[in-house]
Amino acid sequence: MNKVATIADIEKDIVESFSLFDSWDEKYEYIIELGKKLPPVPEQYREEIFKVKGCQSTVWLGAEYIGGRVVFYGDSDAVIVKGLISLLMQVLSNQTPQDIIEARLGFLGEIGMMNHLAQTRSNGLVAMVKQMKNYALAFKLKS
Amino acid sequence: MNSLVSVHNELYDFAAVRQQFPVLQQQIKGHPLVYFDNAATTQKPLSVINALLTYYSNYNANIHRGIHSLAEQATAAFEQTRDTVKQFINASEREEIIFTSGATESINLVAQTWGRQNIHEGDEILVSEMEHHSNFVPWFMLAREKKAVVKVIPVTEEGALRMDVFDELISAKTKLVAIVHVSNAMGVVNPVEKIIRKAHEVGALVLVDGAQSSVHLNIDVQMLECDFFAFSAHKVYGPTGVGVLYGKHSLLQSMPPYKGGGEMIKEVSIDGISYNDLPYKFEAGTPNIADVIAFQAALEFVNEVGKMAICTHETNLLKHAQQALSTIDGLTILGRSSEKISVVSFVVEGVHPQDIGILLDNKGIAVRTGHHCAQPLMKCLNIPGTTRASFAMYNTLQEVDVFVEALKKSVKLLR
Repeated sequence: MNKVATIADIEKDIVESFSLFDSWDEKYEYIIELGKKLPPVPEQYREEIFKVKGCQSTVWLGAEYIGGRVVFYGDSDAVIVKGLISLLMQVLSNQTPQDIIEARLGFLGEIGMMNHLAQTRSNGLVAMVKQMKNYALAFKLKS
Repeated sequence: MNSLVSVHNELYDFAAVRQQFPVLQQQIKGHPLVYFDNAATTQKPLSVINALLTYYSNYNANIHRGIHSLAEQATAAFEQTRDTVKQFINASEREEIIFTSGATESINLVAQTWGRQNIHEGDEILVSEMEHHSNFVPWFMLAREKKAVVKVIPVTEEGALRMDVFDELISAKTKLVAIVHVSNAMGVVNPVEKIIRKAHEVGALVLVDGAQSSVHLNIDVQMLECDFFAFSAHKVYGPTGVGVLYGKHSLLQSMPPYKGGGEMIKEVSIDGISYNDLPYKFEAGTPNIADVIAFQAALEFVNEVGKMAICTHETNLLKHAQQALSTIDGLTILGRSSEKISVVSFVVEGVHPQDIGILLDNKGIAVRTGHHCAQPLMKCLNIPGTTRASFAMYNTLQEVDVFVEALKKSVKLLR
C-alpha cells in the first residue's frame, strides 16, 4: 500500500506552489482552475443537511469513512469557494480522524487566504474547516 | 465651500468634491479605490469628520439639561441639525423630526408604538415584495402579535410594482401601507405619490422607507403627504448611528412613548409618570449627540453641491454603466423600469456574484454582492443574489469604465 502523505507534507507542498505566484491575479486564477476541476459531489450530498451555512454562496460537504480514513466530498455554486474546498480536500481528505481533528492548517494563513479574503468570506472558510473536523470527530467517536 | 460649485459647464467641480473625501484618496490591493457600494453606505466628507473632531475636542457635553456653556453649545448644535433635517425633507415643524439610530429603528418605532396601538386582529398591512428586510420584518412581528395580516404587493419581471394588484389589495381593512421609495436592490423608484393618495382614500396611513431615496431625490414630505418617512444619516454622507423618523405632528402626539428613560419624561413620581413633549417623548436617554451634530455638516454639504446636480450626475453614471454592461454576453440588469436612480444590479449567466465580488475587490473595486437584505425579491426573481454597483456624487465616468473592464476580465476568467 502506498504511503499516504501527511497533512504537514501536503500543506508544505501547497505553500511552495503558491510561492511561485507573482501576483494575486495568478493565485486567483489557480484557485479558479482548482474549482473548475473539482468534480461535483455525488447526488446524495446535495441535500439540505449537507449544506454549510455561509453568507453568500452555498457549500455542500459530505464525508465517508473508508479503511480508517475520512474521504470528503465538497462542492459550491461559487467557483472560488469551490477552489478553496478543493485545497482543503487535498489536505484533509484521506487522513485519519485524529490527524484531521489536530490539523492546524497554517497553510491558509501562509498562502494569504485568511488575510486576503474579507471577514465574511473567511468566516465561510472557518465554517468549512469546522464542518470537516466535525465529520472527523463523528467518525472517531463511532469507531 | 463656493469652490465646489463650478463656474464651468460641469454640474459641479468633481475634482474639488472628490478632494473632500479622504477615504477615496487611497489604493486598495495596489489599485486606486473605486467605491461603488454607496447604497450600503456613503463615504464622509472632511466637514463631517471635522465636525466630530471639533465636538469632542471643544464642546462635548450632555445636552438639554446642563446650564453650563458647553452643554448649551452642544444643545444648540444638536437642535440645529433638527432644523436642517426639517428643511431637508420640508417638514412643517421641527417637532416632527425624531432622531433614532437609523431607518431600521425609525420603522420599528412606528411598528412598536403606532402599530401596537392601532393594529388589531384582522387588520391588514400592505408591504411590497421589494422591501428591505427592515421594512418587512417589523410588520410581520407586529402582525403575529396582533393576529393582523401582512399582504405583499408583487413585483413584475421588469422590477416594477404591480400597481394593478395594489389596487386589488387595498381596502377598508388596510390600516397601513409600508412602502420603499427606492429599491435598494434595483434602484427602481416607486410611485409613492399614487400609493399615498389611494391609501388615504381608504383611510390607511403610509410609511415611506426613504433609506435609498433621501440622498438622491428631493424629498418634500408635505407634498408627498406621507404619514411617516424614515431614513438614515449614513446613506446621506453623514455618520453611522443616526436616523430620522418624520411623522405628522398629530400622529406623533397620539402615539405612546417607545422607550422609557431620561429625557422622554416630564415628571416622574412613585404615583405616576408624565411624558415630555415632542420630539423628546421619543428620544429617551442620552442621544447620539456627536453624530447628530456631524449630520448637519453632511446635509449642508449636499445642499452646497446641490441635489439636482448630484442627481443629474448620478443619472449620467447610471446610463453609462447600463450601456457598457449591456455589451457583456449573458449579463442581465435587474429593474428595467425607466424610473431608476443610481443603482445598477445585475446577474451574469453561469457566474456566481460572490466570485465577481472577490475578483473586483482584487482590483480595488468595491461593489456589493448577495441578496441585499431583500430575500423575498430575490426569490421572486428566482436568483440567489446579484452584483450591485451604486453611485454617489464623487464617482466618475472613468471609474465606471475601470469597473466594466475589470468585470469583463473577471467573467472571462470565471466562465
